[in-house]
Amino acid sequence: MTTPGQTVGPFFAFGLEYDGDSALVPPGTPGAVRLFGRVLDGDGDPVPDALVELWQADAEGRVVQEPGSLRRDGHTFTGWGRAATDRTGTYSFTTLAPADPPYFALCLFARGLLDRLFTRAYLPGHQPEGPLSSLVATEDPHGYRFDIVLQGDGETVFLDHRRTQD
Amino acid sequence: MTTQADISAEIAAISEQYAASGTTENGVRLDYPPYRSSLLRHPTKSPVQVDPEGIERWSPVFGERDVGPLESDLTIQRSGEPLGERIKVTGRVTDSDGRPVRRQLVEIWQANAGGRYVHQRDQHPAPLDPNFIGMGRCLTDDDGSYVFTTIKPGPYPWRNHHNAWRPAHIHFSLFGTDFTQRLVTQMYFPGDPLFALDPIYQSIVDPKARERLVATYDHDVTEAEWCTGYRWDIVLSGAAGTPLEEEHA
Ligand SMILES: [Fe+2]
Repeated sequence: MTTPGQTVGPFFAFGLEYDGDSALVPPGTPGAVRLFGRVLDGDGDPVPDALVELWQADAEGRVVQEPGSLRRDGHTFTGWGRAATDRTGTYSFTTLAPADPPYFALCLFARGLLDRLFTRAYLPGHQPEGPLSSLVATEDPHGYRFDIVLQGDGETVFLDHRRTQD
Repeated sequence: MTTQADISAEIAAISEQYAASGTTENGVRLDYPPYRSSLLRHPTKSPVQVDPEGIERWSPVFGERDVGPLESDLTIQRSGEPLGERIKVTGRVTDSDGRPVRRQLVEIWQANAGGRYVHQRDQHPAPLDPNFIGMGRCLTDDDGSYVFTTIKPGPYPWRNHHNAWRPAHIHFSLFGTDFTQRLVTQMYFPGDPLFALDPIYQSIVDPKARERLVATYDHDVTEAEWCTGYRWDIVLSGAAGTPLEEEHA
């Protein structure tokens, strides 16, 4: 029987945040993009105590299996990072655009959120068909913007991954 | 002001509804009104079922570059010894088919013995311990086992309602072999008198399911003249590629 989840609570910062957590590539890296957005609650208010985790393929579409996400060496792209939201509910990653699949896989935690939520942020121009069609980042002067709405109007589509056999 | 009696009545009503439903829920509810902060922070629509693909069938890799061997001992991070009961917490991380999750990252964070977090927004008027930070990391071994040495955390007050207290707990963060197995949860200590009163613990409405978050005291983990020992095994959801049927076998 699987172990149930529990909220990350209000005091996760000192446990989970670390220097370089949201910078998958150093600023100024050729091809660097910013993925950012706001996490909002059911009243449309920002959620300043959320944590977003990002997992993605590299710019050639490879799944990277290299250590070093917690202590980045400045040149290995590991494909994984985490970003806490600030006072305005904004999270922000510096990364590379994944080639294929053309989305950032995201996992969300927050105080008040009793279990993690999964979603995907597709690159602009790669809008999926069907029920995931709203999960597209928008191109904006500051990068790719992808807001996450926990509840209500514009509620983000969250995912439940089926267990399937290849 | 909402009292513990109000919250306890809400918890009892949900518990009765669940018992009468005849169903079994193995997970935690996202919509659990006694935990007031969840009211505006739970989705109201069902998640969309998708087949995990590509990247979602893999997890990031962590290694010795990421985690030093001393990071699993929370009692040696400062110059002196922290106050409180020294404990060892150990267990295995497996998937729901019993396969060990090898060489994978485990992160923990917790309050000190007085129930105070090293966090600027923690206003609990209990003392900070200059010798205790309360965060640790390790990688599981080839058998999926982890071990931490730490201090038993104290219970602490929070503002969910008047006189609300969290049972003592250690926050755990786990990765599996697939991104879809990601888990953040809390480990509790056996026999805590606050279990029945706590809306976060009770948000797992099935009594057997929530007991899976409670460690057991294990005298074989206890070390003479040194520390007491607790065992807590963690089962992540099945990896993709594992047929659902096997989970119920
Ligand atoms: Fe806590």
